[in-house]
Amino acid sequence: MTAPFDLSDDSVVVVIGTGAGGGVLSNELAQKGVKVVALEAGGRHLPQDFINDEWDSFGQLAWLDPRTTSGDWRVSKDFSGLPAWIVKSVGGTTQHWAGASLRFQEHEWKAASSYGNVQGASLLDWPIDAAEMDPWYSKAEDKLHVTRTGGRPGLPGNNNFKVFEAGAKALGYKDVHTGRMAISSSDDTDRTMCQQTGFCFQGCKWGAKWSAGYHDIEQGEATGNLEVRPQSHVARILHNDEGKVTGVEYFDADGNLQMQKARVVCVAGNSFESPRLLLNSASSMFPDGLANSSGQVGRNYMRHMTGSVYAVFDKPVRFWRGTTMAGIITDEARHDPSRGFVGGYELETLALGLPFMAAFLDPGAWGREFTSALDEYENMAGMWIVGEDMPQETNRVTLNHEVKDQYGLPVVNVHFDDHPNDIAMRNHAYKQGAAVYDAVGATRTFPTPPYPSTHNLGTNRMSENARDGVVNKWGRTHDIPNLYISDGSVFTTGAAENPTLTIVALAIRQADHLASELSAGNL
Amino acid sequence: MSKTQSPRGLTRRELLSQTTALGASFVVGAGFIASGDAAWAMETTSLKPETFATLVQLARDIYPHDKVGDEYYVVAVKGYDTADAAPGIEAGIAALNAAAQGMGNASYLDTAWERDRVDILRGMENSAFFQQIRGGLVTGLYNQKAVWPIFGYEGSSFEFGGYIDRGFNDINWL
Repeated sequence: MTAPFDLSDDSVVVVIGTGAGGGVLSNELAQKGVKVVALEAGGRHLPQDFINDEWDSFGQLAWLDPRTTSGDWRVSKDFSGLPAWIVKSVGGTTQHWAGASLRFQEHEWKAASSYGNVQGASLLDWPIDAAEMDPWYSKAEDKLHVTRTGGRPGLPGNNNFKVFEAGAKALGYKDVHTGRMAISSSDDTDRTMCQQTGFCFQGCKWGAKWSAGYHDIEQGEATGNLEVRPQSHVARILHNDEGKVTGVEYFDADGNLQMQKARVVCVAGNSFESPRLLLNSASSMFPDGLANSSGQVGRNYMRHMTGSVYAVFDKPVRFWRGTTMAGIITDEARHDPSRGFVGGYELETLALGLPFMAAFLDPGAWGREFTSALDEYENMAGMWIVGEDMPQETNRVTLNHEVKDQYGLPVVNVHFDDHPNDIAMRNHAYKQGAAVYDAVGATRTFPTPPYPSTHNLGTNRMSENARDGVVNKWGRTHDIPNLYISDGSVFTTGAAENPTLTIVALAIRQADHLASELSAGNL
Repeated sequence: MSKTQSPRGLTRRELLSQTTALGASFVVGAGFIASGDAAWAMETTSLKPETFATLVQLARDIYPHDKVGDEYYVVAVKGYDTADAAPGIEAGIAALNAAAQGMGNASYLDTAWERDRVDILRGMENSAFFQQIRGGLVTGLYNQKAVWPIFGYEGSSFEFGGYIDRGFNDINWL
């Protein structure tokens, strides 16, 4: 059923990237009868291909093309060439994500208004709000089969959750449960129910977890309106003398440069590759890169305030068994400046296998302080901290002309400094996370530093006013009417919640807008 | 552990008769190194056996796990026993021995207390050599499937149907 489109077919919408943004957008457009060519840098990996082995899976799925880093964040020291743990595959990082599917809180859509002036932060209100997003969130929750929404039951709690829940309740937290997860929790649907296998980050071998790679992409292809070209790395977006985009140049699976014409181009390569592509597409008409009259392309990179707390007990937990992230405490997600910071954070269960625990518990550490912790691996529990970080203009993705990828294209440098608000929030969360475990008898706790970023946001932010950002409320670039951005790079602010559900909801909404504009002859 | 069995089919007695003790844990012979109890042995092709023995002790001192036998540390560092890697390793171990001598010990392996060896390592932990060995061990040691059961880690579970019927929620002490 795969639709083959000609390289010279200028009636197609070209979508660059097939993750939570591009994969969903491609399918939603195809369902509405719009012809789509989706170009994906990675290859196709289906559930039967996934590997229950952390390093082997990392080699299979992770985006490992060179990148560079700078700034005071510890990732730049510990993992200087790997600022993010994201995926190069059809389906993008939805192959790897844990499945946590949370709506923004109402006040988070209006961060500048809600938090007031925060020195050094470039806060801005989104040009959309909770009421406008409500129906799109509902569609996204139904698409992803999110538990505890739409009448779907929650997942059962695993050992790691039981420790987490008991500690939360002992500490007086009220809102703790097994999460809103895009993982099938019953046998009543066409998706296999979660088999508590663990290895959610390595791709779900049961297909119980939603991934654009084997859900939306396959549905889109079945319409006959979607052609996915894997191993196709887009190098440049082309435009005409009127300043409209006309197509893209990409390297195909054999490394040959091809040119695909397009009526509309939608960029969904994530918060590094999307601004990189706009900047690498600079021309005499757009010397600073496409859609960059504001100078905002690449700026306001956000990665969430993150960290982890692991704890050792005097008895076994075996926290690697079962769903990796089915557990959440939302009590700290509120905005309450009396805690010493604006915005809030979530606490979510997390487990790593022994190989990744060795790599991430305290990167660079050695000696008995470190190894005595790993000796208690079987008795460990763990949680991840995810909170709103402050956008800063100087946290920024730029081209590094000193380093080229395998196609000879400049790679990105990712610069990030923690904002004082991020540090205050992280310290608060470390203390609360440790208190949760201390409340159930932890003998030792570990405030573990952030991993390479999995939530990469901003860098093409959405703004009401063209001078403040890159795209408008539909993800349409302020400068070029037939160029759209369709991924997490459009986030105006990050909120405290895992971003995938919002990226998906925005992509469904954008597909609706694009189909209307196309049928009205406006594109 | 097929790659670390006794070389050339030596019996334990023969092996021990051909070796000299090195430090507290190792014995070396011509082109091979063995544990003091001859439980395992390995031929070296590019590194001096003494160098390899020191490398194994270094690996254990960086990531000491008393319940993990030397044979796993041997596997973790045996990749350095190549013509390409050997010169850098010989130089790094020579520097390590020089540092030990600077603290009044005959060699790193002859530095009897772990705390004294750790003091030596603290003085060189930012060196490229130390970071090469430490970084390599993160995967070389902890990504050995044979090591995982020692820590209780169960590895791949899909082929067993996950844990839905195998204890994902079996905690009983809360």
